[in-house]
Amino acid sequence: MATIRRFPAEFGYVLPLLLLMLAVFILPIALMLARSVTQPEWTIEHYQNLIETSVYLRVLGRTLRIAVITTIVCAVLGYPLAYWMRGLSPQRQVVATALVVLPFWISILVRTYAWIVVLGNAGVVNRILLDLGLVGAPVAFLYNELGVIIGTTNVLLPFLVLPLFAAMVRIDDRLLHAAESLGASRRTVFRRVFFPLSLPALAAGSILVFILTFGFFITPAILGGGRVPMVANALDLLINQFARWETAAALSTVLLVVTLACFAVSRWVGARGATS
Amino acid sequence: MSSIHLHSVSKHYGAVAAVDDVSLDVAQGEFVTILGPSGSGKTTILTMIAGLNHPSGGSIHIGGRDVTALPASQRNIGLVFQSYALFPHMNVFDNVAFPLSVRKFGARETRERVEEALARVRLEGFERRKPSQLSGGQQQRVALARAIVFKPDILLLDEPLGALDRKLREEVQVELRRLQRSLGITTILVTHDQEEALSLSDRIMVLDHGRVQQIAAPQEAYLRPSNRFVADFLGTANFLEGRIGSGSRSILLGSGQAIPCGPSALPEGARVTAILRPERLALAPHGPDGMLAATVSEAVYLGQSVRYHVETPSGPMVAVAPGGRGGFAAGAQVSVSWQAEDVWIIPDDGSTPG
Repeated sequence: MATIRRFPAEFGYVLPLLLLMLAVFILPIALMLARSVTQPEWTIEHYQNLIETSVYLRVLGRTLRIAVITTIVCAVLGYPLAYWMRGLSPQRQVVATALVVLPFWISILVRTYAWIVVLGNAGVVNRILLDLGLVGAPVAFLYNELGVIIGTTNVLLPFLVLPLFAAMVRIDDRLLHAAESLGASRRTVFRRVFFPLSLPALAAGSILVFILTFGFFITPAILGGGRVPMVANALDLLINQFARWETAAALSTVLLVVTLACFAVSRWVGARGATS
Repeated sequence: MSSIHLHSVSKHYGAVAAVDDVSLDVAQGEFVTILGPSGSGKTTILTMIAGLNHPSGGSIHIGGRDVTALPASQRNIGLVFQSYALFPHMNVFDNVAFPLSVRKFGARETRERVEEALARVRLEGFERRKPSQLSGGQQQRVALARAIVFKPDILLLDEPLGALDRKLREEVQVELRRLQRSLGITTILVTHDQEEALSLSDRIMVLDHGRVQQIAAPQEAYLRPSNRFVADFLGTANFLEGRIGSGSRSILLGSGQAIPCGPSALPEGARVTAILRPERLALAPHGPDGMLAATVSEAVYLGQSVRYHVETPSGPMVAVAPGGRGGFAAGAQVSVSWQAEDVWIIPDDGSTPG
């Protein structure tokens, strides 16, 4: 009874946001989904078009590849960083966390253009490499997949490090001490106890990075220089250059499905982590 | 099975001495309890024996071997944490099998040993459960099984019963003692619970501010405490301050009254504190035979016994009497008396009592 009586009152608190989401988020997505199968009449022609035109498959494949590589690079860079931060004193942890979060305070546009200054043909890195005689000609860091991956990793690393660090801090030192006292070497303690306990957070953070890379727009647009369009850039072209709304709607639907599938996997991983 | 020998072990954190010059010999198969309030350094001593913490000074020998610099993983010690520290991502079987698997035991022997250890703590049939699916008492027993399954040389228990409710704690105490005897394993238990210390141990080491206050068998420590701290920490004690009277068979209290005590080797006039345990005091209706006149300020009925708080000319005292019928109500005029040999005298200059 109490639940039923309290329901309308609690419902009132979420109502404004619910209406807003309905009007500016759910409804447009529903319209987009509808557009991909109802123009000019009920049809799957736009999806066929996606499969038959090799350019869309190439864009999807590239997006997938960049997302996977970015996720792996973030995990490989982020895990040791989070592990190192866990071992710091509480004061130093605050400083380290602030440094990890610092890029959030700077506009993503500024950060992305900064990479051009750093990685361009006349950029800092190439000048050093040339001066040291390590390379004969400037290395092409930009306007290719490498540039996109470097930029994306830079933007998304905190999304992996912060939740991973939070999860690692919660791992009880006494579990590690117990494992050690039971005869496990430092390496075995890490492999058998610490790593498995941090795995759910690593998986969740990786999936988050993957989802965000999959829909990334600004960084591939600038650091890819139009030569490495990802799904979001292709959508921009389809809508703003060619006004092909139906194809754009079909491609968006594919993006949405992949993202939701990843989200489902992350929930599944999270649920498994919670029961263990 | 091994003896443990601590030789003037210290642990300093900056200028603070968490453990100060502690020496202790534990014989093979003995059960010793380190008893002290929180912050007394008792857990620090345990973690140093386990090798999870390293002493600033002194040495630790286990089974005659100097292990002071040996890493924890090579000491072959079973350690049970207060929080149990069960691995949450492993089931009961894998938790108990962990020390065997890091020692590269075969599958068959691992299974046999785990089954035997779980049988010892009466947890057969729980192999597939996760720790989160167990009650506190069951988790505690899994932790114990995990600590004994690899037949360690010594067993260290850090407040293993602290998280259990009173009834369960008493049960587990009995089981723990039975298990320790049947294994014949040298055991050190750390606790702040004096009842636990008295009921489980062969000997007790009382610790305060990182320093040893007394090392003695439970009865010895209770009846002949070496100082006020030990007397106060082990149960309840009444303290009466005064000087040794003539013939060394009485104590002259501050109020001018003399009370009888057992023979003392201390010289007449020495400043002393007399310690009287509440259960050694008898209350009687006020009369000429009593040793101290008193007024009952409070009578607390406890079922098996009644605790009387009384006011005497020498300050408040506590007496415990069997909880039969009758007794005294608050406000009653009574006399307190005791056997002269039940008075334990400690000199106020800090020297050894006797």
